[in-house]
Amino acid sequence: MDKATKKQLEITACKVRMGIIEGVYNAKSGHPGGSLSIADTLTYLYFARMNIYPDKPDLPDRDRFVLSKGHTAPALYSTLANRGFFSTEELKSLRHIGALLQGHPCIHIPGVDMSSGSLGQGISAACGMALSGKISNDIYKVYCVLGDGEIEEGQVWEAAMFAAHYKLDNLVAVVDNNGLQIDGRISDVCSPYPITDKFAAFGWNVVEADAHDFDSLEKAFDDAENASGRPTVIVQKSVKGKGISFMEDQVSWHGTAPNAEQYAQAMEELNAQLRSLEG
Amino acid sequence: MADVKKIATRESYGNALAELGDKYENLYVLDADLAAATKTGIFKKKFPDRHFDCGIAEANMMGVAAGLAATGKIPFASSFAMFAAGRAFEIVRNSIGYPHLNVKIGATHAGISVGEDGATHQCNEDIALMRTIPGMVIINPADDVEARAAVEAAIKYVGPVYMRFGRLAVPVFNDAATYKFELGKGIKLRDGNDITIVASGLMVNEAVNASDELKAMGINARVINIHTIKPIDREIILEAAAETGKIVTVEEHSIIGGLGSAVAEVVCAECPCRVVRIGVNDEFGHSGPAVDLLKEFGLSAENIVKTVKDVLGR
Repeated sequence: MDKATKKQLEITACKVRMGIIEGVYNAKSGHPGGSLSIADTLTYLYFARMNIYPDKPDLPDRDRFVLSKGHTAPALYSTLANRGFFSTEELKSLRHIGALLQGHPCIHIPGVDMSSGSLGQGISAACGMALSGKISNDIYKVYCVLGDGEIEEGQVWEAAMFAAHYKLDNLVAVVDNNGLQIDGRISDVCSPYPITDKFAAFGWNVVEADAHDFDSLEKAFDDAENASGRPTVIVQKSVKGKGISFMEDQVSWHGTAPNAEQYAQAMEELNAQLRSLEG
Repeated sequence: MADVKKIATRESYGNALAELGDKYENLYVLDADLAAATKTGIFKKKFPDRHFDCGIAEANMMGVAAGLAATGKIPFASSFAMFAAGRAFEIVRNSIGYPHLNVKIGATHAGISVGEDGATHQCNEDIALMRTIPGMVIINPADDVEARAAVEAAIKYVGPVYMRFGRLAVPVFNDAATYKFELGKGIKLRDGNDITIVASGLMVNEAVNASDELKAMGINARVINIHTIKPIDREIILEAAAETGKIVTVEEHSIIGGLGSAVAEVVCAECPCRVVRIGVNDEFGHSGPAVDLLKEFGLSAENIVKTVKDVLGR
């Protein structure tokens, strides 16, 4: 990846993070931690990887995206808004009565390919989309982001078995390994480790990545292209709350909105990052 | 009546899929290791490339069906009612119902007539569960003719549909040449103004037989077949309530949450009258031959006659 592209992605990711904070702050609820940990990945997918059409969001040959860890909808919404699917103003009414943006992804929102949020379900829908593409020889790819806590759901492994059995090499799943879930460290709650070995045993092409390094993300998604006959999982090492000092690696920021003071500080930090990137 | 043909509606389901597969090229079938029992194996034989076995993993199957529908296919996700509506309930609710995707659920082996397998597999709760999902259409066909017609109606309707089929071979009483299936419309099978029997699924034939027996005793019992439990035909039920003043409902399902509840909800709100529900009472079934179980649990013409006479004080 050339330097200019990388810098532009970093700037965009910073704006996506601002949108996340804006949304969650105005909603007075929501999930900032896991949204911030996938902000770079979604930025990369929507600004550098996926074949999508913000003005024609339902075009059949578009790549599909399913946010299986649906509680991190603020990251998806902010990415879609920044990409032009709808106005960034919508982020301010996230979770409000009558708002476009529901607490969890809803298929009726422009750019959202599947309703999700009940953990473990999005990956199955992504498998169905990928199977559909195989049936019709469609060229689209299906991307799906899961949480590392989410993979404790048994349905994920039903889907993992299915995807390998039907050789869904047009499917790329990302496990966002920020290491935290509501009740604590995933290794303490009911450990899903070793994640890479489990997917490998299920017959997947397994790739590891640094979730906050665009070169690493690009390499991982490139590797996925070469997995003929097998679905790919990218296990990305991430930091929950990434980009905001007091939220980083803190389980308490899984599902808490910042107060006015915390909001101001978060935005100040993001603005400083933006200035330094643009400067 | 001895020469009446008997066919299980699960058989009708498999046959209808195989027949309609040519006409509807966008039709795909999913199963969860039960293709021989749900009869989707009939479709698989004819269209091996359009049948996908998901293994014993109903939750994932429902999600896969959602993904197929979200990309323009018409998937029929098939399993036993216990697993389709029971085990996979929350996936049906959140991945199919909430996004209102065009998934058809073919649930076989519904009700107590599963027989020898016993209580774990006798699903008497599926209609109650499915009724609570906004936008879910529920069809409970009564015989082979109605079941086949229902499958095509489900294909033509855009949106989620839950179809309920049985394991037991039951009499084919509808005439294929004249039968018309209209989604959401009840069918008046016998006229009468003393009382109305509202039935669904394999209880429809029992209700007709009961009405004929009652007629010989001088009681004119109207019979209504409700094949579409949701959306329910309010008009035909309210007309019956107004004209006959008493209703007996009959279903091979728990008396909680199924046809009886749906009829009572309509009647209570708009034209109150006495509604007596025949169905599986608040209890689990047990093993035994299906016909014996139906009799034991009061799902018979005999018990309908007795109940009607009780309600009328005869």
